[in-house]
Amino acid sequence: MRKRRFVRVHILVFLAPALLIYTAFMIYPLFDSLWLSVNNKSATASQIFVGIQNYQTLFSQEQWSKPFWNALRNNAVFFVIHMLVQNPVGLLFAALLGTRIRGNSIYRSIIFTPTILSVVIVGFVWKLILNPAWGISRSVLATFGLSVLDHPWLGLESSALVTLSLISVWQNIGIPMMLFLAALIRIPEELVEAARVDGAGVWKIFWKIQFPLILPTVGIVAVLTFVGNFNAFELIYATQGALAGPNFASDILGTFFFRTFFGYQLQPADPFMGSAVAGIMLLIILTGVLIYLFGWQRRLQQIQF
Amino acid sequence: MAKSYSQIWRVIATHATLLAYSAFALFPVLLIILNSFKDRLTIFSSPFALPDAETFTLDGYQTLSSTAHFELFFLNSFLVTASSLALIVVVSSMAAFALAEYKFSLNFLTGLYLAIGIMVPIRLGTVGILRMMVSLHLVNTLWSLILIYTAQGIPLAVFVLTAFMRQLPRDLKDAARIDGASEYRIYWLTLPLVRPAIGSVLAISMLPIWNDLWFPLILAPGESTKTLVLGAQAFLGEFVNDYNAVLAALTLAILPPVLLYFVFSRQLIRGITAGAVK
Repeated sequence: MRKRRFVRVHILVFLAPALLIYTAFMIYPLFDSLWLSVNNKSATASQIFVGIQNYQTLFSQEQWSKPFWNALRNNAVFFVIHMLVQNPVGLLFAALLGTRIRGNSIYRSIIFTPTILSVVIVGFVWKLILNPAWGISRSVLATFGLSVLDHPWLGLESSALVTLSLISVWQNIGIPMMLFLAALIRIPEELVEAARVDGAGVWKIFWKIQFPLILPTVGIVAVLTFVGNFNAFELIYATQGALAGPNFASDILGTFFFRTFFGYQLQPADPFMGSAVAGIMLLIILTGVLIYLFGWQRRLQQIQF
Repeated sequence: MAKSYSQIWRVIATHATLLAYSAFALFPVLLIILNSFKDRLTIFSSPFALPDAETFTLDGYQTLSSTAHFELFFLNSFLVTASSLALIVVVSSMAAFALAEYKFSLNFLTGLYLAIGIMVPIRLGTVGILRMMVSLHLVNTLWSLILIYTAQGIPLAVFVLTAFMRQLPRDLKDAARIDGASEYRIYWLTLPLVRPAIGSVLAISMLPIWNDLWFPLILAPGESTKTLVLGAQAFLGEFVNDYNAVLAALTLAILPPVLLYFVFSRQLIRGITAGAVK
């Protein structure tokens, strides 16, 4: 009896520091934010419970709802571009590297290099390259006979968001590549070899054997992309500023959240509305994660058993 | 014969694709570094040329050292990153040891509770975090950053380390117990055995902390607590038109993560795959 009690104290001592720091600086602030999102300032008190009023304001008052829906729409575009470009191309590179071609570790390191840089640096580097004043993009495009493509891509309302999404793809493509590559390498060589002996081509082997086996990784990559994209901020802030110009064309939820709770230029800081924006972001991210856990993973398990 | 012919073509096509993309991945970075050593005129007139005796200059770096406290920013980044990593490793390895070693009723729930932090970005609690740091008088201190980054790094670190510690053979620990070693001593003895996992945890936690802009911008924007990334961001905004200075600042900001990457790339790759696949 005494001994058992002794062991329990150990467990507490081992767990306490991690749980305390994690609870105090991550879980508590999250709940505090959620609590703030159902409060607001009143004439008499500095803080008063208002229920879902902040959320209603966000959805219905034009000064809030217009930028909110704009940011949400832009964020969806941002995500779709990552899913359509970053992940398939990352998979392609993983498949190419998975053939164990000579020099594959060098290629892998090089393609991963942009991923390790700060988003601020990446944003500014591309801003310089695309800046007509320096003219780098102009001369590069001219060498390939593509001068028609010479535009101030970041400066136009029509193209800023897509350009920023592609810059983000350029930076982050190393992550899906690494994850897909790790999954491909784990596939037993005999499986691929057997198919090859049976006369299956590379294309067929990939789609009929390798791709089905890495479906769990496809799900992980998708959910990581989703969570990463719906809380992105730095790239837009570094290249376009907190106002996510031109004319909010590249505003996403992260930049909208920042301006709302922190204030920017003429807009005063509003912790209550800011918390409400964070609440919506949390809801979006949780929805994505739950769809992944219960929709994708469950289904995969059913297939496996 | 025809088959090997098509195989050769396939290899060539693979190399061509990977080479082309590698050039695309490196070109912007190299362009910045290269031009940071050239005089202003040459940056514009021949941006792709290597600097030679005539065009070589350190003007940008001089502007940098005279106007911004980059040594201080670098030191801040280093202190924040190193302290956070040390805290993450110590507290996470302890928690992971408990989760891997003992059967207790709340074991599964504790793991689940920590798992929330893997999926939910800590950023969403920023309003609460800022409020808390204001009341603790930690705004514009490096401690605010260290505590937040530690909290942010704990879930994944515990996750990776627990998976590793579960694979350690029981006999070893039981033998130590028979010899009368305390549980704390056993924890201490297992640490060297999970060194590869600790390496992975360090590698995956390091870059997000070093590269973060969000929390330095909100919690520690003061001149004396700026991190390198925030300092670079502020400097770039201010000196937008001084290409020498901007390119020099970018080069200096690019170097540390690239060096870290070359030192830790093996652990990083293992960490990314271990963290996400399990």
